[in-house]
Amino acid sequence: MDAGMTTSSHLKAQARCPLQEHFLPRKNSKENLDRFIPNRSAMDFDYAHFALTEGRKGKDQTAVVSSPSREAYRKQLAETMNLNHTRILAFRNKPQAPVELFPSEHSASLHQQAKSLQPRRYIPQTSERTLDAPDIVDDFYLNLLDWGSANVLAIALGHTVYLWDASSGSTSELVTIEEEKGPVTSINWAPDGRHVAVGLNNSEVQLWDSASNRQLRTLKGGHQSRVGSLAWNNHILTTGGMDGQIINNDVRIRSPIVETYRGHTQEVCGLKWSGSGQQLASGGNDNVVHIWDRSVASSNSTTQWLHRLEEHTSAVKALAWCPFQANLLATGGGGGDRTIKFWNTHTGACLNSVDTGSQVCSLLWSKNERELLSSHGFTQNQLTLWKYPSMVKMAELTGHTSRVLYMAQSPDGCTVASAAGDETLRFWNVFGVPETAKKPAPKAASEPFSNVNRIR
Amino acid sequence: MASKIAAAKDIITLHGSAAIVSEFFCYAANSILYNRAVYPEESFVKVKKYGLPMLLIQDESVKSYMSNLTSQISEWLEAGKLQRVVLVIMSKATGEVLERWNFRIETDKEVVEKGVSREKSDKEIMREIQAIMRQVASSITYLPCLDETCVFDVLAYTDADVAVPFTWIDSDPKLIANPQMVKLHAFDTKIHKVDTLVSYKNDEWDEEEA
Repeated sequence: MDAGMTTSSHLKAQARCPLQEHFLPRKNSKENLDRFIPNRSAMDFDYAHFALTEGRKGKDQTAVVSSPSREAYRKQLAETMNLNHTRILAFRNKPQAPVELFPSEHSASLHQQAKSLQPRRYIPQTSERTLDAPDIVDDFYLNLLDWGSANVLAIALGHTVYLWDASSGSTSELVTIEEEKGPVTSINWAPDGRHVAVGLNNSEVQLWDSASNRQLRTLKGGHQSRVGSLAWNNHILTTGGMDGQIINNDVRIRSPIVETYRGHTQEVCGLKWSGSGQQLASGGNDNVVHIWDRSVASSNSTTQWLHRLEEHTSAVKALAWCPFQANLLATGGGGGDRTIKFWNTHTGACLNSVDTGSQVCSLLWSKNERELLSSHGFTQNQLTLWKYPSMVKMAELTGHTSRVLYMAQSPDGCTVASAAGDETLRFWNVFGVPETAKKPAPKAASEPFSNVNRIR
Repeated sequence: MASKIAAAKDIITLHGSAAIVSEFFCYAANSILYNRAVYPEESFVKVKKYGLPMLLIQDESVKSYMSNLTSQISEWLEAGKLQRVVLVIMSKATGEVLERWNFRIETDKEVVEKGVSREKSDKEIMREIQAIMRQVASSITYLPCLDETCVFDVLAYTDADVAVPFTWIDSDPKLIANPQMVKLHAFDTKIHKVDTLVSYKNDEWDEEEA
């Protein structure tokens, strides 16, 4: 790329146009993967029922005088159950399932056809679509891909940010940054799907309106070096820099810097707000994961962070908050660590650690099922789909020829886009096909416990 | 001390109580499998138990599964670590949870720690269990039809500090969204109190008619 060329001629001069489709021959391997569809209800009705009817239990018991110790024990049991000190176990060797009887005896087959449910989900082993991504920067610490809620994908290739509309398949260029400011080091859509934040190598962050293709403002003076990670929380844009600082910027006000979190000693490469917007997880090149809580940070404690998690032995860029379980965070370690760890961010405890065998560059939770997708580097450069919480590998998707550094999920939760240093952007229908995607289980009925009956 | 109550009381030890509860669970599970037609009728055989004709499955794999289960439950009961046992009935095709039979167990911790024994008439316990069994059998009148082939699974809720043999794995609770729940009778051995609750998925037909 020569400096001084205008945008249009720059495009023409390129050997390949960005985000053009590759037509690759597909092998039609129909792999039937056994997938158990668990239930999503987060409410424990049994315990709730117990708590509600505890007072009425006296009627059911035979005439027995409850000794004080029994009452105290009963209370303690209720408390214990409340604090989740229970383990739920299932026997490993399941019994043989009943043999399928003749169709005439069971209307099962007809029943299923009427419901048109897909019993087993077919996870395609090859990417559904492959686009060109020339000049994408092959740097582990950057975050150059994001899919906005308006179904537009933003990708930064070198000094230019391109927008790809997923519904129409059309590409447009948002901005080409000046030579001295770039390349682009991070990109993140605001929750409204219209505004996008672009972090630059020179420590500035630009805010763009994608609808009118206008720049709204530039945040400068906060960081001392490149801004490699961004995360939005309503009107707060959190930026993480190579200087180890994390800055909360309120984009509506004149002096945007609201707060600065100090704790990392090296580049902040992973930054994610929790679903509730109450906690922020940050991962750095110093192998440390910090959990920052808005309530803790505002109080005058000696350290700003809520938790400092040092178990990883390599840079942590992959961070993902669980959509169906509050306070659950998954983190992935880089080349020297290669593990995915699960944390309870309320207590700071490590719940599980799984060795994946290769550098974990990115993590995504499924919005529809209890599954986790991780992207890896050497040697396979694969995307691995795990069942949660068993951490059984459900699928391994190969295709990239270099480490899969960047991943983003579509707003409907069915497709995942991945980009790698091999200059391709691939789309995978790993979380289900849009038509048969299940809606998450409806929240509790308006009146809780209205459906409890009693038999006498 | 002379007992004025008509039924004579028997001594129940922790071991005995655990045996009663795990045996109850085995028969109850078999009864549920029969009544809910999870396995075809032909695979069951009648035995006399609790003063009722109880059905037991003959299929070898299920029998061995049950016996493993009951021995493990018995062990956990004696240690006082078992909180509840849940029998889950799921659709074989989709894996969706259709019914959940919840047996909640309260253990008298004093007995576990000090090894004392309690007194209760055996007949009384049998009567209580009989009542539950009858209720399970009659449950088919209100539980929705299970048209499709189903499989079952058993979950054990234990204390966090329990020693888990490698044959048992951690599982998710397999809950039902918006279930209908029916509480059945309970029985009490004075050492273990077992509560029964069945929750099932709302039948769409019922909702339409209502």
